[in-house]
Amino acid sequence: MSVIVAENISKKYIIDHQRKNGSSGLRDIVSDTVDKWFRKPEKNGFAEKEEFWALQDVNFSIDQGDRIGIVGHNGAGKSTLLKIMSRITEPTTGQIKIDGRIASLLEVGTGFHPELTGRENIFLNGAILGMSKAEIRESFDAIVDFAGVEKFLDTPVKRYSSGMYVRLGFAIAAHLNPEILIVDEVLAVGDTEFQKKCLGKMRDVSESGRTLLFVSHNLTAIQALCNKSFYFEKGRLIDQGDTTHIVTNYLSKVSHKSLEKHWDNIDSAPGNDQVRVKSFKLFPEYQDDLNHIDVRTPINFQFEFWNLVEGASLNLSMHLYTFTGECIFNVGTQAENFGKGLVSGTCEIPGNFLNDGSYVVSMMIVKDTSTVLYNMEEALVFDIEDYRENVTWYGKWPGYIRPQLNFSIRQSEHVVND
Amino acid sequence: MATQHSITIKAGGSEKDYWKDLWLNKQLLWILSKRDLSVRYKQTLLGVAWSVLRPLMTMTVMVFVYSYVAKIKADPGIPYPLMVLGGLTIWTFFANTFTQISNSILINHNLVSKVYFPRLLMPLSSVAVGFVDFLITFGIYLLVTAFFQTPISWQIIFLPCFILLTFITSMGFGLFFAVLNVRFRDIGQLIPFMVQVGMYVCPVAYPSSLVKGTWYEKYYNLNPLVGIIDGFRWCLLGSKSYFNPQSLYSTVITSSIILVISLIYFRKKENTFVDHI
Repeated sequence: MSVIVAENISKKYIIDHQRKNGSSGLRDIVSDTVDKWFRKPEKNGFAEKEEFWALQDVNFSIDQGDRIGIVGHNGAGKSTLLKIMSRITEPTTGQIKIDGRIASLLEVGTGFHPELTGRENIFLNGAILGMSKAEIRESFDAIVDFAGVEKFLDTPVKRYSSGMYVRLGFAIAAHLNPEILIVDEVLAVGDTEFQKKCLGKMRDVSESGRTLLFVSHNLTAIQALCNKSFYFEKGRLIDQGDTTHIVTNYLSKVSHKSLEKHWDNIDSAPGNDQVRVKSFKLFPEYQDDLNHIDVRTPINFQFEFWNLVEGASLNLSMHLYTFTGECIFNVGTQAENFGKGLVSGTCEIPGNFLNDGSYVVSMMIVKDTSTVLYNMEEALVFDIEDYRENVTWYGKWPGYIRPQLNFSIRQSEHVVND
Repeated sequence: MATQHSITIKAGGSEKDYWKDLWLNKQLLWILSKRDLSVRYKQTLLGVAWSVLRPLMTMTVMVFVYSYVAKIKADPGIPYPLMVLGGLTIWTFFANTFTQISNSILINHNLVSKVYFPRLLMPLSSVAVGFVDFLITFGIYLLVTAFFQTPISWQIIFLPCFILLTFITSMGFGLFFAVLNVRFRDIGQLIPFMVQVGMYVCPVAYPSSLVKGTWYEKYYNLNPLVGIIDGFRWCLLGSKSYFNPQSLYSTVITSSIILVISLIYFRKKENTFVDHI
């Protein structure tokens, strides 16, 4: 039996190119209107506002007891879909029919008030999530116990550590009893301990025959929890079905992103009158029959540039950043003298070294080991997928790098009781 | 979050169950009101005393400025301080609820973007603080009445009607500005200014008998608050206090029309709050 049926769901946003904060003041409206009246029409040819379809013609139906994983890149429309299903925003077209009590967890501790005590916030947050007072009272002890905040129940939550805050928030949400549960990337926050609890609780939900919708970039968790998956790309639901099939499909598309950039015309290539970039390429040494980059995959980088000055002393310096901008490492080559013409360099990152995530490579061409001739920021962007063997834990692996070190345990003494 | 068992989500969002949904969420209304109240004076030295001090200090200043300096007289037989305090009590109730309703969506923006409930709960719950303040000020009024040994007139039985009218008027104006406030932050600047000017436009520090017989009286009475403030004083001070029933008709009619229009506007826009906030 279908509990959720979505027909032709689309959601349009208007993007304002001029304004960064999205909310336009009255002043902008007035000045825009004045502009329209007094400006010559050709100046208005540049569209300041652009339509953006966050979701387009999405159709699906979900049966009772299905556990649906939703995968896709950032901006593919996953969160928009959840927002529409949780009735936070409405679709531009189409409709969704939902049968059953639905709860959505898009954030942990929604509506917590910093000045209120833990006890007061349990009632506040519970009511906001749709629990009745009686329900909250019934599970109050369980919530406090789960969160481990007994001692701080009458302390304002602004004095809580961030860990306690998140634990309390999740504890309340975990005691919701909906027929359909919608969960957004909540695993992204909190420590590993919390994530473990979170996933454990979600497994309970899925095993008790309730319907679950789960958005995550953590494919391992999705594979463990969900029997079916939806794959979104650019606002469209492009594939749905068995989770293993979807995840494989998604991963193979992910790794065929632009792992290569090249410029054939020396005059228009990025650079200046001393050097011009010809190409950046990334060659993964795929394992076995796989065609995606995961934590085991060694990666080769290849760079080519034109040197336009005879006898220049040049070296390359490469930075690797996480997607959020922390630098993981910086490596440089030895400086050498080059004649005019093409210069190429290579660099290899071994397998079992970087953690899973998105990475950005930037490349500098340096003269006389001191002057930066050209800095190519975001020369390449690539993703590394997670891969684990023989583990039963699916939370985000902590750390920037994930090296395999010689790390072992053995029994050094065995005490045998008589 | 929805509590009913079958829903249809679509554009336009005017699902027929809205009012039922609002009713089902009355507990949340209560809890949000309680939150606003209990947070009110957290980390203040004087706490609830502020609710007593503010109207008293305002009254004192107004009595000094308008009665002693500007020599404005109350209607015959009514002590000026009582007239001012009566006017202040109901005006402050309006001004506070109006301001709080106008800001209610923005203040709760973290809820708007993360959970669903009928958005009307936010303006409704924001009234609580203003109402409690009103009750306190009203208590002070009664004490001051005892001090001046002025008897309370029988018309006090009509008092709830005027409180209800104030509520309707502040909702009417407040909802409209609450919606605009989400889209245009200018409203946040405008509201304190409107409240400030409003106090002079409305008969708070002077009796509206001063306006009687002037050419602008009929325009003056269009202001729904004129009927409310005069009516409120009439309930407390009896027929000695000037009250033109015409201003009451205009209050009832304008306020109801504004409330209906604002409600329609609010309902039309509430599902897109999150896109603009």
